[in-house]
Amino acid sequence: MVQRTLPEKLSILADAAKYDASCASSGGERRGSRDGKGIGSTTGAGICHAWAPDGRCISLLKVLLTNFCIYDCAYCINRVSSRVERARFSVEEVVSLTLEFYRRNYIEGLFLSSGIIRSPDDTMSEMVRVARTLREREHFRGYIHLKTIPDAAPELIAEAGKWADRLSINVELPTETALTQLAPEKSVQTIHGAMAEVKARGEAAKDRTARGTRAPRFAPAGQSTQMIVGADPATDGEILRKSSHLYNRFALRRVYYSAFSPIPDASRMLPLIQPPLVREHRLYQADWLMRNYGFDATEIAPPTGMLDLQIDPKLAWALAHRALFPVDVNRAPREMLLRIPGIGPRSVERILKARRHRTLRYEDLLAIGCVLKHAEPFITLPGWSPRALPDDANLRARFAPAPEQLSLF
Amino acid sequence: MQITLPRIGTVAAWRQQVRKLAAAGIDPQAVIWSVGAAAPDLFATAAPAPGVATPLMLSLEAVDGIEMALLHSDPERFSRAHALVLRLSKREVRWGDRSDPLMRRLLDQQKAVGREIHKMHGFVRFREVSPPGANRRAFAAWFEPDHPVLEAAAPFFARRFGDMDWLIATPTLTARCEAGEMRIEETEARQPPPKDAAEELWRVYFASIFNPARLMVKAMKSHMPQKYWKNLPEADLIPDLIRSAETRVRAMHDPSAPAPETLPGGRMRKKLR
Ligand code: SF4
Repeated sequence: MVQRTLPEKLSILADAAKYDASCASSGGERRGSRDGKGIGSTTGAGICHAWAPDGRCISLLKVLLTNFCIYDCAYCINRVSSRVERARFSVEEVVSLTLEFYRRNYIEGLFLSSGIIRSPDDTMSEMVRVARTLREREHFRGYIHLKTIPDAAPELIAEAGKWADRLSINVELPTETALTQLAPEKSVQTIHGAMAEVKARGEAAKDRTARGTRAPRFAPAGQSTQMIVGADPATDGEILRKSSHLYNRFALRRVYYSAFSPIPDASRMLPLIQPPLVREHRLYQADWLMRNYGFDATEIAPPTGMLDLQIDPKLAWALAHRALFPVDVNRAPREMLLRIPGIGPRSVERILKARRHRTLRYEDLLAIGCVLKHAEPFITLPGWSPRALPDDANLRARFAPAPEQLSLF
Repeated sequence: MQITLPRIGTVAAWRQQVRKLAAAGIDPQAVIWSVGAAAPDLFATAAPAPGVATPLMLSLEAVDGIEMALLHSDPERFSRAHALVLRLSKREVRWGDRSDPLMRRLLDQQKAVGREIHKMHGFVRFREVSPPGANRRAFAAWFEPDHPVLEAAAPFFARRFGDMDWLIATPTLTARCEAGEMRIEETEARQPPPKDAAEELWRVYFASIFNPARLMVKAMKSHMPQKYWKNLPEADLIPDLIRSAETRVRAMHDPSAPAPETLPGGRMRKKLR
C-alpha cells in the first residue's frame, strides 16, 4: 500500500465522513479544565466553529478511522466494491489531530466512525482505543461521539460508552426490505439490539442501586441515529413512523435524515437522481413537530404518504384542519397555540406569560416575535380578526413556493 | 453632568455610579456617559441638583439582562439602561415586556450581545506561540468583535483551555491567561499572531468536509457573516469551493469525466481513479 502523508489521509477520511449529517456537540454533562490538569470543556449546548459552503455547521472533527471496508452497502462510498481512494489513520494520528485542532479552538471535539476492517470487534476496539487515549492519557475533556458498530461485542459498547459523550448506531434505511437489499451484511435485529443495549446501559448509569453505588458512566449525551432518505422507495409517512418508533423505543436524542447524495462510483442499484434537498428539510421540520409541538407521526404524514414540498408540515396540518381555526389567542390552551402556523414554542411561552397580566392585542404578537404573515389567517384577538378563511387553493398559494435557498444551484 | 467609565470593568463601574445617582435622585437625562481612560469621581465635580431618591429593586433576571445589554456598542446604552433601572424599580414597566419600546430595545441589544459572545466562542482561532523549552504550551489569537464583549466572553476560554497559556487580543482590550490566572488589560500590539503549521491541516479538513452536492451559500453566510472571515484561516478557501462545486458534482454523475481537485497547499489529487 502507498504511504500517505497526514494531509492526504485527512483529506480522504474527512471526505468519506461528510455524508454523515450529525455534527452535534450538545447534551450531556458539563465539564471544564479550570483545574489545569487537562484540556477541554463541554457547555451543554455545543458550539459551531465554522460553517461549510453547504450550510452545515462544523463543530467536531468528523473523520473515519479508515475507509477500508469489508461490507458492501450500496449507498456508501466506502463499500468494498467502490474504487475510491483508501486510507487509514493510526490511533495516535487521530488523537493528535483532535488535540491540535481543539487547542486552536477549531472544534468542540471528535466524531469518529469507521469502515469495517477485518471484523466488527477489531474495528470497534480501535475506535475505543482512540477515545480511551484521549481521556486517560491526554485528559481530554471535550466532546467525543463514537459511531458504534452494531455487531460489536457488548463489552466494547460498554467501554465506548465509558469514554464517549454520545454513541450513535445508524439505522441507515427506513424499511427492512431496503436494508436487506442495499446493505446485505446488516440486519434490523442487530441494529435494534445494539440500540436497546445502549439505552439500557445509559439508564443504568443514571440509576443508583439500593446501596448507593452507581453503574459505570455511560454516554451522558445519549444516542442518535441517521436514516438515508431517497435511496429506497419508502414514503415520508413510513420514515416518520419509523422515527417515532425509534424515539419511543430506544430513547434516541435525535434522528438525522440525510438526503441520499450522489457519490462517486455509485452502485447501479441506486436511483440516479438525488431526492430534492427540500424533502430532507421537510422531514426535519416534521421531526421537530413530533419532538417539540406534540404532533404525532400519523397526524403529520398525509394520506398519500408524502409531505408537501411546497409548504411546511405545520401549515399543511392547519390547512387540513381548517374547522379548528381561527384560534382565540387570549383563550386557547397551550397545545392549541402550538398548532398555529407562524407561532413557535418560545412565542407560545411569551403569550402565556403576557396573557396573565392583560389581554393581548395584534400589536403585542408582533412584539413577541410571531410570524404574523403566517399566523394571520388562523388567529383572532383584539385588533385583528381574519375574514372567512380563504379557500384552500388561495391560502396555499399565499405560502408556496418553498424558500429559494433550498434549491440547489 | 459627564461620567467617564473605565474601559476595563465598565459595567461594574456603571452599576456603582447608577446606585449613587439613584440615591441622589438625579434625572437620567442630566447625565452624559462615555467610556475612556480615566474615571474621575463624578460627585467631586459639579453635580446637578439632587431630587427624590429611588430605592433600586430589580429581579436577578433583570440585572443579568441589563448587564449583558451594556456590552453593546451603542453609545446610548448607559443612559437607556439607567432610565430603565429607575422605571423597573418604580414598577412602571415589567421586565421582559416587549410592548414597551425602551424595554424592547434593551432586550434586542441583549440578544445581539449574546450572539456576539457566542460567535466569539466559536470563531476565535488560536495560533501556537510557545517559547522554546517552556513547560506549558502558549497560544495567541486576534479577534475583532462588533461589541466590546471580551470580558464577558473570556471566562469560557479559561474554563476550556486549562493546561495551556493563552491570550486573546481585540482592538481595545486583551484577555491573558497564564498558569491559570486570567486578567484583562489594554491591548498593546494591534495585530494577529504569526501563522502556525496546524492551520494547513485545518484548511485541508475544511475543504474536504464540504459536500459540493449540497451548496447552500446563503445559509453559510447567515451563520458565519463575512465580517468574521478575515480572521478565519479557512475562509479564503470558500470562493473556490463554491466555484468548483458544480464541476465536482457533474463529475460524480459521470465517472468518465476527469475530476482533478486542488487541495489547499496546491497539491493535486485525482478523485476518481
Ligand atoms: S459498513 Fe459502513 S462503511 Fe462499510 S460499506 Fe457499510 S455503511 Fe459503508
